Amino acid sequence: MSKVGFFGRWGGAYIPEVLHTTFNELQSAFRAAQADPGFWQEYTALMAGYSGRPTPLSFAENLSRHFAGAQIYIKREDLNHTGAHKANNVLGQGLLVRKMGKKRVIAETGAGQHGVATATMAAKFGFDCTIYMGEVDVQRQRPNVFWMEKMGATVVPVRDGSRTLKDAINEAFRDWVTNVDTTHYVLGTACGPAPFPEMVAWFQSIIGREAREQILASHGRLPAAVYACVGGGSNALGVFQGFLDQPEVQLVGVEAGGMGLDSGRHAARLCGHDASAGVAQGYKTMFLQNDDGQMLETHSVAAGLDYVGVSPILSHLRDEGRVRFAAATDAEVMAALELTMRLEGIIPALESAHAFVQAYKEAPQLAPDQAIIINQSGRGDKDIFTIAHALQDPSWREFIIARGREYAG
Amino acid sequence: MTTSSLETTLRERLQHRQILLMTHLVLGYPSFAVNRQVVAAMADNGVDCIEMQIPFSEPMADGPVILRANQESLAAGTTVHECLEFAASITSRYPIPFLFMTYYNIIFKFGEERFFAECQRAGVQGLIIPDLPPEMGETFFQLAEARHLAPILIFAPTSSDSRMAELSRRAAGFIYCTARRGVTGRQSEFGHDFTSYLGRCRRATSLPLAVGFGIRERADVAAITGLADMAVIGSRTIQLVDEKGPEAVGPFIAGLR
Repeated sequence: MSKVGFFGRWGGAYIPEVLHTTFNELQSAFRAAQADPGFWQEYTALMAGYSGRPTPLSFAENLSRHFAGAQIYIKREDLNHTGAHKANNVLGQGLLVRKMGKKRVIAETGAGQHGVATATMAAKFGFDCTIYMGEVDVQRQRPNVFWMEKMGATVVPVRDGSRTLKDAINEAFRDWVTNVDTTHYVLGTACGPAPFPEMVAWFQSIIGREAREQILASHGRLPAAVYACVGGGSNALGVFQGFLDQPEVQLVGVEAGGMGLDSGRHAARLCGHDASAGVAQGYKTMFLQNDDGQMLETHSVAAGLDYVGVSPILSHLRDEGRVRFAAATDAEVMAALELTMRLEGIIPALESAHAFVQAYKEAPQLAPDQAIIINQSGRGDKDIFTIAHALQDPSWREFIIARGREYAG
Repeated sequence: MTTSSLETTLRERLQHRQILLMTHLVLGYPSFAVNRQVVAAMADNGVDCIEMQIPFSEPMADGPVILRANQESLAAGTTVHECLEFAASITSRYPIPFLFMTYYNIIFKFGEERFFAECQRAGVQGLIIPDLPPEMGETFFQLAEARHLAPILIFAPTSSDSRMAELSRRAAGFIYCTARRGVTGRQSEFGHDFTSYLGRCRRATSLPLAVGFGIRERADVAAITGLADMAVIGSRTIQLVDEKGPEAVGPFIAGLR
């Protein structure tokens, strides 16, 4: 970083004055944690005991045979407690909150995974918890809302703006500036004002540290490429950090191509041609915005990728040419998901399935003595309503109709 | 920083009044035509300074009333260019200073240099950008000085004495003190804590002090008279126009002090 909180020309902390002091406190708590080897030990012990880490690196034998190219490995972040990599960040921040002595946490959520993870952490650590979620996302991720509420969190549907993730973030900030003395905002991804991008990436680096050891143990050498989906960018940064210092390992971030990069209905900030540099939600990065700087509506079948901005660290790694970016369309995602379920019995989240799309495009071009890693950031069973709907599954449809009758009756 | 013309104007007005009034509007909400009527009513009833908010899609520091006004203005198609034209057409018609309030992305995307040139041309005297702390705005503060626009900075109850002193060194025109934590539009209390907070603000800067957030009626203005130099009325006039139309603004302003 050239200037504090900047990654090349991206990042910073564009925050209202009322948060200045609390950001200083957060910055010091984070630096103290980084400097204390005991903190990382405490963190990994917590992740082992509560979240089942290390997560496995599964060899996808059938997929490897199917594509007849590279050996395909899947990093199973779906096997974390609560079903996604989100737990890594949330439990890490929970430890920091405890050290800072705050008693209340708030969070935004898109797909609901971060909200569920935060509600879980709050229940475990005994914090009050409020989750902000766009009304559109409340509709498409109803099961997650159910679990958050059962774990004692208050879920607030956000009805402003596009009623998705960015609006939930704005609302969480409004809560934070009001309750700053008692409350910590558990930002869910490697975005937002410094130190959030660096801090979230640090907690998520546990993915890459494990994956590197695991691939060396199973394959005997480093992978040719690592694939991860990119919404805010935290799972991608998590796994990429295991390989950033090895230039021969290609790092590939896959964004939501939605209905296609030329359709205007996607969430591709780092590939495609609709994004430009901007400053919003407390940081500078590539945003999907119009010429006046007003944010655009985004689209993805995956709620967790449906976001206007992207981690400033990834914008910087793109500038440096270290990470390559691609997009996967909604249709490609559904196809990759079906193939993965059928051949491996593994259900990636719709978000994670974006990474599978690009890996499947490139695996056949690689040699059988090469390996690739796909980061499966989360599990797909949370998406059962969306997936079953998109696949137009007839028996599921009958089941929902019958259940509807039962409740209506 | 040399004394800005904004500060000079406010000090002159303070010779005749115990407390000044600053009002706020969201440009393009409900329309530029209504904005024009509202500005006239404000100026004719003795308002000392007007902040015009250029709408932004992510108004993080604003509460529900101003948030919705931002969204509806944008939904009606308001552009930054129209806001600049509106300002240019109105500043010379009234003998009071006009400011822009907006979020940094509007300026960043427009181009800082070009934005400052346009503000100067439009006769705007100062800028309030709640998401641009001085340490993030190196070129912004240089341009502000070169173009004689006052960068108005914000003190919050959470600001330390040393932070206030640092902000004061970078600010011009006046200091905007938020009466409490939180976003615009909710009720504030002006009790003992508030008095000691404003005492800290006063000791930290020689600039005039404005107080905003939750000032809704005559009693609120009276409560800060003697402690601050200017009361800021924000969400309340937007609500008033929503409920009773622009005609209600004049009598409301006239009754505030």
